[in-house]
Amino acid sequence: MVSVTSSRTANVTLPTDEQILITREFDARKHLVYRAWTTPELVRRWWIAKRGEATVCEIDLRVGGAWRYVMVAAGGFEVGFHGEYREIVPNERIVSTEVYEGMPDAEALNTVTFTEEAGRTTLTLLVQHATKEHRDAHINSGMEDGLQDAMDLLEQVAVSLR
Amino acid sequence: MARAATTADAFNAVAEPRRREILDALAGGERPVNDLVALLGLAQPQVSKHLRVLREVGAVDVREDGRRRLYRLNGQALKPIHDWVKSYERSWSERFERLDVVVEELKQQEDGDGVSDE
Repeated sequence: MVSVTSSRTANVTLPTDEQILITREFDARKHLVYRAWTTPELVRRWWIAKRGEATVCEIDLRVGGAWRYVMVAAGGFEVGFHGEYREIVPNERIVSTEVYEGMPDAEALNTVTFTEEAGRTTLTLLVQHATKEHRDAHINSGMEDGLQDAMDLLEQVAVSLR
Repeated sequence: MARAATTADAFNAVAEPRRREILDALAGGERPVNDLVALLGLAQPQVSKHLRVLREVGAVDVREDGRRRLYRLNGQALKPIHDWVKSYERSWSERFERLDVVVEELKQQEDGDGVSDE
């Protein structure tokens, strides 16, 4: 892996059989990371798979409000996700449900937190599924994204960063 | 990913929380069964049962040392699990790389208003 990106990969752990925990540090204050996370026209730019395109990005950021993201992934197949906001603490924490539309029974509860220290922000995303089977299927979905040449992409992004 | 239905599969072997505790304990180095019994607070037959499952999938190895049986972790057997999660991790890493670019732009806008190149 290129040195520029080695410290910046997402860290994924499985704290329990039903959970996925993703953490990542950003070189920015938390209100900016929060803004990028919650503003539709910004989410469209980062929430996509390789060579994918976000076709729908709706965010009704209030408790009880709905969100829905749809992307057309490489190969032309469409993947959609939606959910509802359960708790919102601006710049701090968002709790929402998430349903992958290809597997509508597997609703997860996502908790995103933004923690700032010395101008840097740690983002944690805790995905809580109801069963281990749903959790495992969720992780498997990441393997169908055409990630075989992910390393090439990482390299391109690294070059474009500096 | 295709999964075997029996315990002869690293995924199933580590699905049990007590077995994960054993693996965690062994990550710190080789240990005799008695140590694991004390650490986990379980009866010896239960600990032995878990160790047997872990041995069947190759997640732990055992050797005789006089009258003791010493267990140690075999990381290679757990590699499929590591690889499985890695792929998911990569897709998030890619997303976060793009999020970095977006956040960097927001930062520049806030710092210097008008630095935006749009």
